[in-house]
Amino acid sequence: MKNENMKKIIESISQNFIYIFLLILIVLIAFVNPRFLSLVTLRDILLQSSTRVIIAIGMFCILLTGGVDLGAGRVIGLAAVLSASMLQTPDYARRFFPDLPQLPLWLPIVIAILAGIAVGLLNGIIISKFSVPPFIATLGTQVIAYGVTSIYFDLPPNNSQPIGGLRKDFTFIGSGSIGGVPIIVIIAIVIAVIAWIVFNKTSFGKYTYAIGGNRQAAEVSGINVKLMLLLIYTIAGACFGFAGVLEAARTGGATNNYGFMYEFDAISACFVGGVSTTGGVGTVPGVLAGVLIFGVINYGLTFIGINPYWQYILKGIVIVVAVSIDIRKYLTRK
Amino acid sequence: MGTLQEDYEGKHKRRKVKHLNGGNATCLASVPLKKQNIIKKVNSIMMDEFILEINNISKEFPGVKALDDVTLKVKTGTIHALVGENGAGKSTLMKCLFGIYKPDSGQIVLNKKRVEINNPSDALKLGISMIHQELHPVPYRNVMENIWLGRFPEKKYGPLSFVDHKKMYDDTRLLLKELNIDIKPNEKVANLSVSKVQLMEIAKAISYDSKIIIMDEPTSSLTENEVEHLFKIIKDLKKRGVSIIYISHKMEEILKIADEVTIMRDGKLIGTWPASELNIDMIISKMVGRDLTNRFPKRQNVPGKVKMRVENLTSSIPNSFKNISFEVREGEILGVGGLVGAQRTEMIEAIFGLRSVQAGEIFINGEKVNIKSPIDAKKHKIALLTEDRRLTGIIPLMPVLENTSIANILKYVKPNFLLDSKKMRNDVAKAVDLLRIKTPSLNKVIKDLSGGNQQKVLFARWLLTEPEIFLLDEPTRGIDVGAKYEIYTIIADLAKQGKSIIMISSEMPELLGMSDRIMVMCEGRMSGIIDGSKATEEEIMRLATKFIA
Repeated sequence: MKNENMKKIIESISQNFIYIFLLILIVLIAFVNPRFLSLVTLRDILLQSSTRVIIAIGMFCILLTGGVDLGAGRVIGLAAVLSASMLQTPDYARRFFPDLPQLPLWLPIVIAILAGIAVGLLNGIIISKFSVPPFIATLGTQVIAYGVTSIYFDLPPNNSQPIGGLRKDFTFIGSGSIGGVPIIVIIAIVIAVIAWIVFNKTSFGKYTYAIGGNRQAAEVSGINVKLMLLLIYTIAGACFGFAGVLEAARTGGATNNYGFMYEFDAISACFVGGVSTTGGVGTVPGVLAGVLIFGVINYGLTFIGINPYWQYILKGIVIVVAVSIDIRKYLTRK
Repeated sequence: MGTLQEDYEGKHKRRKVKHLNGGNATCLASVPLKKQNIIKKVNSIMMDEFILEINNISKEFPGVKALDDVTLKVKTGTIHALVGENGAGKSTLMKCLFGIYKPDSGQIVLNKKRVEINNPSDALKLGISMIHQELHPVPYRNVMENIWLGRFPEKKYGPLSFVDHKKMYDDTRLLLKELNIDIKPNEKVANLSVSKVQLMEIAKAISYDSKIIIMDEPTSSLTENEVEHLFKIIKDLKKRGVSIIYISHKMEEILKIADEVTIMRDGKLIGTWPASELNIDMIISKMVGRDLTNRFPKRQNVPGKVKMRVENLTSSIPNSFKNISFEVREGEILGVGGLVGAQRTEMIEAIFGLRSVQAGEIFINGEKVNIKSPIDAKKHKIALLTEDRRLTGIIPLMPVLENTSIANILKYVKPNFLLDSKKMRNDVAKAVDLLRIKTPSLNKVIKDLSGGNQQKVLFARWLLTEPEIFLLDEPTRGIDVGAKYEIYTIIADLAKQGKSIIMISSEMPELLGMSDRIMVMCEGRMSGIIDGSKATEEEIMRLATKFIA
């Protein structure tokens, strides 16, 4: 009887390992410096994590199907440069488009997101129509996206100068707050809630899990797998585009190297958060926990004064250890 | 074993001595008849040595007692069949023997010595090899590299050693020639048919020169001729003193080949009998623990008007099916027989829109339909239960709920795009009840269910789409006898409700027991359609081999 109880406890610990790990991490840091447990810390970590949440959710959709997108970072760069170039203050000295009239705020944002959608759609077409493995397809398109961004960025009179002097109404999205809560955090929460609803309450979500879980079975069941993949890569592209816009707004500028390697942070967060490497398994709360773990490591280690380079080593360990514990859930028991 | 035997011997001697001392006649003839019998029995025990004894093995998985104090004794140079329903523990027991699982208690005695087998490589070293139920070849490597994988012959050049391809080639050729298997050593495995791959695996198991070979459903994808061939190989091995543990669901095969039969049920040993004392009905009733006087339910379906007509269906791939024409009526079960490779699966998947056709027309209710994908097929109320449940059926890590509803989920989308999960759950629960699917809850992931229950979930998946035509591809493959009967009942009920059923089956009794008519295919062509009530196995076999040169 005692044994049974122990088993149950171990079971539930392994099922919820990721959340427990996050808690332990916070407790450990708070142990070294109790001032870590404050609203300011919470606010800062959430602020730093918000764009990452949006990127990770885009990546989550793709990883669920058993695919991957190595081009997320480059799409972020493209969207950041596009939106920033059209949203500079009129009196700024080095404007990207010197004679551009004041555009309504939404227009450049929509254009940047559309650019993300275009890359996502291209990925989707290459992957579903031509059956190119996602790894290769997105490896190719990310180089193209970087090329396009750099050419645009290099246009005279800008000539590859960092884009700055962004409009206040734009940067307000990235740094302003409503009732003490940063707008960007609210956006991230809204997107996470939408994602949770989509993946738990809609047929679209169930189909995505099914495709990742057994693509052939999904096809036989009459699911239009190709169309689904096309949609998923496009939606992910929109997420990355939107994240790029927010990055520009948050930092008040953009260069062609914005977002570089962000896809790896997103992929790591998803895997640490319990998304299966082969697809078909994963939850939105898990992904959020994954992002937060890295947020806490980033912020917390600096907070208690550890050499920032140690963060890399710890992050690497976390990825390997967390996944090796999490994967135990699916291994056939010997 | 050694001590046991000495014991017997000792007693035997003592008994003789006693008689001598008693001053009676010195020959055995004077010993009372009862005692003579005892001596004979002792003698026979001494002669039949057990090469392998698996004693009192138990193995528990979380929540399931997979093996409960099971004992299996295999005599030298015999074919020992191991039968039981799926989940009876046969494969688990063999996995314990082969070192894949570690038993919780019990011991393995090999050649009278107690052994510890911790992994398959230990087992191979001890002279135990295994043909696994699921074939795992390395597809893009050739036959010889697959056979000698992990023990390539090597040539040494000073401190360096390289793979000796020539020796490997010659050894492989010799091995295959000895076994009379027609495969080239340097053929890429991906190019071989499933049955050739199975023969290769058999050759591989034999190549270890083992004293014990475990064969876990070795004939699952072999043709009749190849099964005969395998039996010849097995008998040959037996002559050489090799013992074979033979697992199969095919009773006819077991009775034909086995010397002894051990029956298991629910992880427990039921007993071991000489095969000569058993018949099919006896084995089945011992396996399921109840008498199955009838292996098939009574069918009450009445075929009505023509539901679907297929005309001249021809694959766009050469050497696949061609010129297939047939019709199926409402409330009719049309069996499709033939050998493996007769292109039955290809034909049925083409009807479902999974494969392309070069020519041919399909009419449903007299109207010509155009089916290019499973989505089209679903619109025309066709359902397909595929041949390979694991590969193309279940979504392993998804709960039963979603696995059941996935083909029909759009029906539950509310105007606000969210799913009506309450209605969905209700409908699934109803289907689960109706088909008597055994699952602890609807949230259980399907891979934890038994094969029979997984298959029933797939039936439920399609039942929810309310189809009128069911295409069933080997609906009872790899399912235990009890669950088979339940699947047959489901099929019979569907036919009774007026559904049209096309059922591919490689099991003759199933074809004969379930079909109103039987269509037989051979080499991609239709070789005949016969009345199910008058058909015989011989006639089906004759048609199934009609075009084979």
